[in-house]
Amino acid sequence: MHTIEEIIAMIEEVKPGLHPAPEEELVKSGKLDSVDIMSLVMALTGEFDIEITPLDLKEENFRTPQAILAMVQRLEEE
Amino acid sequence: MHHILELLDRTAGAQPRSAGFCDETTALTWQQAARWVYGVGTALDALPGGVLHRPVGVYMERGAAALTAMLGVLAAGGFYTVLDTAQPPERVRAILDQLEPAALLTDAAHADAARSLAGPIPVLDCQTAAAVPPDDARMTALRQAVLDTDLAYVLFTSGSTGLPKGVAVTHRNVLAYSEWVVSTFGFSPDTVLGNQTPFYFSMSVTDLYGALRSGACLQVLPRRLFSFPVQLLEYLCARKVNTLYWVPSALGIVANWKALDYTAAPPLHTILFAGEVMPTAKLNYWRAHYPQARFANLYGPTETTDICAYYELDRAFRDDESLPIGRACENCGLLVLCGDRPAARDEAGELCVRGSFVAAGYYRQPDKTAQRFVPNPVQTAYPETIYRTGDLVRTNERGELVYCGRLDNQIKHMGYRIEPGEIETAAFGQDKLDDCACVYDAARDKLVLFFQAKRDVTEALRARLAGRLPAYMQPAEYRRLRQMPHNANGKVDRKALTAML
Repeated sequence: MHTIEEIIAMIEEVKPGLHPAPEEELVKSGKLDSVDIMSLVMALTGEFDIEITPLDLKEENFRTPQAILAMVQRLEEE
Repeated sequence: MHHILELLDRTAGAQPRSAGFCDETTALTWQQAARWVYGVGTALDALPGGVLHRPVGVYMERGAAALTAMLGVLAAGGFYTVLDTAQPPERVRAILDQLEPAALLTDAAHADAARSLAGPIPVLDCQTAAAVPPDDARMTALRQAVLDTDLAYVLFTSGSTGLPKGVAVTHRNVLAYSEWVVSTFGFSPDTVLGNQTPFYFSMSVTDLYGALRSGACLQVLPRRLFSFPVQLLEYLCARKVNTLYWVPSALGIVANWKALDYTAAPPLHTILFAGEVMPTAKLNYWRAHYPQARFANLYGPTETTDICAYYELDRAFRDDESLPIGRACENCGLLVLCGDRPAARDEAGELCVRGSFVAAGYYRQPDKTAQRFVPNPVQTAYPETIYRTGDLVRTNERGELVYCGRLDNQIKHMGYRIEPGEIETAAFGQDKLDDCACVYDAARDKLVLFFQAKRDVTEALRARLAGRLPAYMQPAEYRRLRQMPHNANGKVDRKALTAML
């Protein structure tokens, strides 16, 4: 089981200076741009035992730290 | 025709109710677009002193409204500069200091930032301005006061010394260039262009003025979708986009994720790219999915409006072969010079451009203008200005121009002159490799290849390059990155890579 703190720490590593709240919007607001999201994908697949397919790489799954956590947990179960 | 907005009037008259400028939340018909443009023009003209022959900054979200703001400045007889709202305020201020604009146009989301940047400069809300009833008599009078040699816009590019350079482009430049692009690629009222590039980047000139001249619909694609390739393709389908003109990195995102294998293919028939070298492996992925589409590699700096040479794909290329930049556009002349003399056959030289696409020069920078916009050294019978691009090219056996890199990027290593692009092209055939860029570590006299890949392919790359390149071109170091850095235009950021050394 992963915690929201782990996800937020990874976001902070990818985007220094950003300290998002669990439900903070990240994509539409432009807080994470495409380069940040690709870095985050690499970090997530490196850190956890998951594969992110093109179909998982969608806005809903990256909208907030909470959404990212939900995706990670779902992919780990698969 | 002498004024860009004659294109708008013609299109809005011929097809008033067809879609003109669209983004995620706004869809303007050509008639509505024209109404907004002349509203903005009338509002700007009502400012004390008006804006005739004066610059106006556009500081707002990339979208349909921003397009009408830009054209609205032209309606008022002025010329525009599009400012990047994501840039640090100091850089925007440096541009405003050079430009001294008569006004700033903004939107609700950026109004506070615009006001704090503007100081005493008047700030107009674009939406309010667009709703002003157009003053037709004034619009006509202002149009007559503008010559085709007057400026339409100034686009700022990053100068190597840090001070941004403003490329000053005239109505005539845009009219000549847009005529070429529309006739060459057959843009028509059936064309739906999917805009990827920001409006402060010269590639957007093709999208905007290509649409204006042909009556094509311009769909401004949401920037965030370039993080989500499958959703990006779904959006292209939903908006019926059939023509793309993107930077290769943006096309590469779709290829890296093989996104076309996961969703219905958008109805694309024309795929154009420019701005950096297109990795052939990425292009081959697209070509496999669109065997019937037209593909073309376009080349040009902001100083030639957008494009001066192009190559339309007419044959297959292996993943490790590079694409030529082809031949001069119609009504555009290209010279390959070594110093002041024409390059010999097979000799690489600096590409220089003559003709109507060549911009007026750098705004308020006579010294920099004089360095790059120079008298033609080959034809001296009468004065003629050519633009020295600083790009190295040579002619291949087919008579096509081949890009060999920047004059100032060229690496001198072990006594050889090396083009980083040649090393990158050789690397790009590697399986699982998403992106790469070669930089020279001057302090340690070493070539370093940065790469992005789904797994560590260092050894495979080393073996691959050993079989394809001479010893002096072998990178001494391979560095895997989670993500290749890109600048605001979407191109690989070589300065950021150099900073990592």
